[in-house]
Amino acid sequence: MADLFDLLIGKEGDKDYKKKPVIVQGITGKFGSFHTQQMLAYGTNIVAGVTPGKGGQKIEGVPIYETMREAVEATGAKISIVFVPAKFFLNAALDALESGIKLLIAIPEHVPVRDALKVVELAKKKDAIVVGPNTPGVIIPGLIKIGIMPASPFTPGRIAVISRSGTLMYEVSHNLSLANFGQSICFGIGGDPINGTPLIHAFDTIRNGANIDGVVVVGEIGGDAEEMLAQHIIDTKFDKPVVAYIAGRAAPKEKRMGHAGAIVYGTYGSAESKVSMYAKANVPVAKRPAEVPMLLAGKLGKGRNK
Amino acid sequence: MRLLEYQAKSLFSDYAIPIPQGLTSTDIEQGRKDATALGFPFVIKAQMAVGGRGKAGAIQKCHNADEFELKYPEIMQKVVKGEKTRAILLEKMADIKKEIYLSLFLNRGKRCYTIIASAEGGVEIESVKNQIIREVGLGNVDPKMAEEVGKDIGLKDSTLSQFVEILEKLSKLTVEKEAELAEINPLAILKEDKIVALDGKVIIDDNAMFRHEELRKFQEVSELEERAEKSGFSLVELDGNIAVVGNGAGLVMSTLDMLSDNGGKPACFLDVGGGATTETVYEALTLISRMKKVKGILVNLYGGIVKTTTVATAFIKAYENKLIDVPVFARMSGAEADKSKEMLKGSRTRMFDTIEEAINASVLEVNKNG
Repeated sequence: MADLFDLLIGKEGDKDYKKKPVIVQGITGKFGSFHTQQMLAYGTNIVAGVTPGKGGQKIEGVPIYETMREAVEATGAKISIVFVPAKFFLNAALDALESGIKLLIAIPEHVPVRDALKVVELAKKKDAIVVGPNTPGVIIPGLIKIGIMPASPFTPGRIAVISRSGTLMYEVSHNLSLANFGQSICFGIGGDPINGTPLIHAFDTIRNGANIDGVVVVGEIGGDAEEMLAQHIIDTKFDKPVVAYIAGRAAPKEKRMGHAGAIVYGTYGSAESKVSMYAKANVPVAKRPAEVPMLLAGKLGKGRNK
Repeated sequence: MRLLEYQAKSLFSDYAIPIPQGLTSTDIEQGRKDATALGFPFVIKAQMAVGGRGKAGAIQKCHNADEFELKYPEIMQKVVKGEKTRAILLEKMADIKKEIYLSLFLNRGKRCYTIIASAEGGVEIESVKNQIIREVGLGNVDPKMAEEVGKDIGLKDSTLSQFVEILEKLSKLTVEKEAELAEINPLAILKEDKIVALDGKVIIDDNAMFRHEELRKFQEVSELEERAEKSGFSLVELDGNIAVVGNGAGLVMSTLDMLSDNGGKPACFLDVGGGATTETVYEALTLISRMKKVKGILVNLYGGIVKTTTVATAFIKAYENKLIDVPVFARMSGAEADKSKEMLKGSRTRMFDTIEEAINASVLEVNKNG
C-alpha cells in the first residue's frame, strides 16, 4: 500500500527528502495558475504543469507539458494536483494514474459519482492514493502544501486534522493554532458522496504515520463515514484523544447543503446518528468550531506539550 | 435530483419495467378527463418528494365521480412533512397478492452500488425485514446475480423470470441515467402472477446532469435556486427570517447550527463558493433582497481564497444601490479582514470579532423588530 508520508516527505537520505516534486494538472487555468503561485510561495516543489495545447510554454517559471506521461517522464514526480473542470476530471485523473502518479489530489467540485467510482477503481489497481474530489487538499504545516487552503490558519505541531469541509478545516485549524495546538497534518477528505480516501482510511493513514498527540475529525451530515469511524475507533482500541465536530445539525432533511455529500435521508446521514455513535467511542463532539480546542485540552489533560 | 413517482415511472416505462396504467394532471379539469379516460375505480396519488404519503392521506382510493370531486381537491392541497402536492397521478387499482422490495443504490461507505431486495415490501426501507444485500460495483447486474437474488427472496417459475428481467432493466436504468438510487417499493405480484412496479423513487446524480439533457424536463428548481446555480453558489431556502451567508458549505452549515442553538431562525443557506467575486456576491445579495421574509443577514466569512474585501465591496455596492435595507451582522476573519472592517465602518453592517457575538446580536435585533 502506498504510504502517504513517504510520498509527501520521503526518507532522510532521499535526494528529494522534504522536497517531493509535484505536477499541476490544469496549470494554465485561472484557479490552477493562482494556486500554483501560492503553493510555490509555501515552498512546495512544483516541477511541472500539464495543459494540452500549451506544451513547451512556462508559467510561474514552471514548464508545461502536453500530457501527464511526458510530465512524469521528465520529472519523476509521483504526486499531482488536479484543477481541471469537473467534466474533464475523469480523463485527467485516469491519465495521471496510468502515467505512474501515486498521490492524486482532486480539487474539482461537481464531479459525477460514476466518474469518481471509476477513478477509485483504477487507483486500487495501481496502488495509488486519491484525495478528493471536492477537497481543499493536504497540508503539512511548515513543510508542504498541496491544495487550495490559505496558509495563515496552519501552524506546525502534533495534532492531526481530518475534514470533510474546506473552510471548516481552516476555521478549526485556526482555532487550534490560537490555542497553541499546532498541526502535524491537515487532510481534506472532500465534500462528495464518494471519497478517494474515505474518512476511515485517512484516519488509519494518519494514526500509523505521524507523530501525533491527538486527532480532530471535522465532519458533517450525510452518509455514514463518522459512524464507521466511531466503530473503527472502538474496534481498534485507538487510545489517543479524538475530538469531533459535525456541521449540519439544523439542516432540513433531503436537502443538499452545498456539498454533494451533505444530505440526510431519514435517519441515514443525520447528525444525531453520528453524535450517538461517537458517544459510544468516547469521542466528544464540539457544538461549535471554537469549542474544539477546549475539548481537546480536556482530553489531553495536563500532560500535553505546548 | 429526486424524481416524483410519475417521473420515475415514466423512466421505468422507457426501460420496459411494467407499471400500472396511469395519468398525471395538475388541475381538476384535466383530472376529470383523466378519470373518464381511465375509468373508475382508481387510486388518487399525490405527487410529492416525500415518503409516508399513504399514512398522511395523500394516497386514496376513488370509486366514483362524487368521491373524485371531493378527494381530488383535498389531495391537491395536501402538505406532508413540509412537501406540497405538485401533481396528481390517477392510477388503475391493482389486485395485489404479495408486495416485495427492490432497489439499487450508491453505497457511499462501500464505494459501490448495492442491490437490496426483500420478500417483505410496501413499508419504508428502514423497516424492511430480511434484506438480501449484494454489492455490484458500478451497478451492472448480470442475469445470474439477478436470478440468485430472486431465489433468495423466495421467487420461482414465472415470477422469478419476471423479477430477473426487472432487476436487469433497473440496473440498466441506474447505470445509463446515473441514478444514486432506483427503488421499486412495492414491487407487486398481482393475482395472475404478473409483477408490476406500484411505486418508484429515483434520485439522479445532480453532478451528472450535464450528460443528461433528456432529464432536464423533470428538474424543478425555484427561480432563486436556478439563478444561484448560474452564479456558482448554492442556496437552500428555509423557513426563518435571518439569511445566512458565508463561504464554504461546512462553514455555512455550522453557522446555521449555531444560529438555531441561539434561538434564531435561518431564512436560507447561502454558500458563495470558492470562486466568489464581487459580482457573484452582489447577485447573492440581490436574491436575498427578493426574499420578503428576510429581516436580517448574518455573514460568516473565513477569508482565504475568497478575500473578505471581495464581499465587503459587494455590500458597499448593495448599500449604494439601496438593494438591502435590513441590518447585517458580520464576522469576517482571515484574508484582509482588517481592511474590510475599515471599509464597512459607518455602514449598516455591524462587524464582530467572533461569530458567536454576531449571532447573538442578530437574534436580539431581529426578535426585537418582530
